[in-house]
Amino acid sequence: MAEGAKTATGETRSPRHGLRQVKAAGPACLACLFGLFAALPLATSLGVDPFYLVIATRIMIFGIAALSLDFILGYGAMVSFGHAAFIGIGAYAVGIAASHGVNDFLLQLLFAMAAAAAFGVVTGLISLRTKGVYFIMITLAFGQMAYFLMVSLSAYGGDDGLTLKTRSTLFGQAWLENDLFFYYLVLALLLTCFLLTQAATASRFGRVLRGTRDNAERMNAIGFDPFPYQLTAYVIAGMLAATAGTLLANQAEFVSPAYMTWQRSGELIMMVVVGGMGTLTGGILGAAVFLLLEEFLSSFSQYWKLGLGIILVLIVLHGKGGIHGMFVNMHGMLVNLFSGRDRR
Amino acid sequence: MTNLLVIQALNGLQFGILLFLVAAGLTLVFGVMDFINLAHGVQYMVGAYLAVTFTQITGSFFAGLLIALPAAFAFGLLLEFLIFRHLYDRDHLDQVLATFGVILILHEAVKILWGAAPISIAIPEAISGSIPVLGQLRYPLYRLLIIAAGIAVAIGMYVLVQHTRTGMLLRAGASNAPMVSALGVDIRRLFMIIFGLGAMLAGFAGAMVAPILSVEPNMGDGILILTFVVIVIGGIGSIRGAFIAALLVGLVDTLGRSFGPILLKIFLEPAAASQVGRTLTPMLIYILMAAILAVRPAGLFPMRQGS
Repeated sequence: MAEGAKTATGETRSPRHGLRQVKAAGPACLACLFGLFAALPLATSLGVDPFYLVIATRIMIFGIAALSLDFILGYGAMVSFGHAAFIGIGAYAVGIAASHGVNDFLLQLLFAMAAAAAFGVVTGLISLRTKGVYFIMITLAFGQMAYFLMVSLSAYGGDDGLTLKTRSTLFGQAWLENDLFFYYLVLALLLTCFLLTQAATASRFGRVLRGTRDNAERMNAIGFDPFPYQLTAYVIAGMLAATAGTLLANQAEFVSPAYMTWQRSGELIMMVVVGGMGTLTGGILGAAVFLLLEEFLSSFSQYWKLGLGIILVLIVLHGKGGIHGMFVNMHGMLVNLFSGRDRR
Repeated sequence: MTNLLVIQALNGLQFGILLFLVAAGLTLVFGVMDFINLAHGVQYMVGAYLAVTFTQITGSFFAGLLIALPAAFAFGLLLEFLIFRHLYDRDHLDQVLATFGVILILHEAVKILWGAAPISIAIPEAISGSIPVLGQLRYPLYRLLIIAAGIAVAIGMYVLVQHTRTGMLLRAGASNAPMVSALGVDIRRLFMIIFGLGAMLAGFAGAMVAPILSVEPNMGDGILILTFVVIVIGGIGSIRGAFIAALLVGLVDTLGRSFGPILLKIFLEPAAASQVGRTLTPMLIYILMAAILAVRPAGLFPMRQGS
């Protein structure tokens, strides 16, 4: 137990328990996933309710945020319970810049990333000194700190939030006002974030990160100081989440401290784990499942979170590998089935 | 100015005592079982609702409180039996998620049973009103009673942990649970007792504040985060640390809110001072926590040494 307290989540328990990392998706699955997103607008032009486009945009935005959390949670075992703060930072970068007359999206994105990097470095330097439960709680506290900061900043709306007059402009053009253009912009950014994090996890950097996740002592013993790697990953994840924040602000044309509550951070963790952590695509799947479930359950009753809570508890107690794991298992079963037929 | 200081110090003390009541259970559950329970805040909320309901049924706050305590204890045991005992062997992430789910469930359940609107009950006649504490200065009797009750609980906890057999097992469990189990102690039963005790203390805190705060479904969320701050500052598993940290957080938060803007006015323009004050004071305890953890990553009274 004493050594266990030293790894980033204090995971000393047998890997047979709980929700485990599952195999990452193959290229075919990836093409399916992103192809589905790319083709959805076609379906709406064929008569499917355009509201689904709005939901799909939201799914992709939260997909970016969940993906970024998976990058540190699934690959680095850093259970950050304050990740929503970065979404809020991104959103406020748009809101605050817009209220000062800076409407260019690329410039706002730059502000968002710089602010998120600064916040990430400062909080990362302090929280990564701690391990296990302490890390969970100190990130939670930093998230709350950012939340209270925005609640009390009355110059930028305080508790009521900020309404944006228009969406951001790109190269001086109001392209983002077009929902279809915005949809593909979000998709492009999701794909970029995915490829970026995938490249990072496959690189030497990613291997050190995973090595630290599995056994920090051994990484130390073979001559790696995990701290700079973990800090870099933490900051990158924060910057990606801030990107999601800039998109969220533009979609809702509204910014509020509600984006950064600790419940929101909890939901992000939920998306990653339910989708299957340590897979990157799991975050996107988890965001889709969560938001569709929200849409579906809330149409029944205002108490829809009751159902969500029950599903969550059941998944933790009985699920293995999340939704992604289910897909992988199904895929494996199908492969066995077909190869069995071939032999016959 | 002295009057304000005394009043605010008493307010801070009362707030700190309240935080201690909630934090004591949480830190024990962490320390002994290595179990992260996000649902501890809703147990505080449930305690408040139970007190309100039983007060309305019996017509007396004292009777209501007396019934609410064992009810909160039983509720804690029920949660332990249904969900939490299946999570002791899991990693922290699973525990975080499942207890987050429990929060969602209980929030909605309370909304369905009692409605989303805040409920309030009156302070009983006998202990309402205020008494003089310093010269002409008066302070509400009920709040003084909360402080007294909290200190009594703290002393009771001290005796229980330091001078009884159960307390000895508790301390042993906190330093090495598998060893205690190997020595033939029924560790599951010990876990259950700790859990029920923690739930009851949180429920007690909730019941005590029912007459002075509005009772609403999300009242547990704010206090949960604050108790996390408390136990992290105090060192996870340490009751003494929780007590000192709770008072520290209570005092810093309360005094910071009232005196922060006043102090800032010495250095800044009044308008700027009030803006900066409003921005900084809610962040004060988090800054305090970050500062303490930066110097002592395992809190003020770390339990597990040698790691």
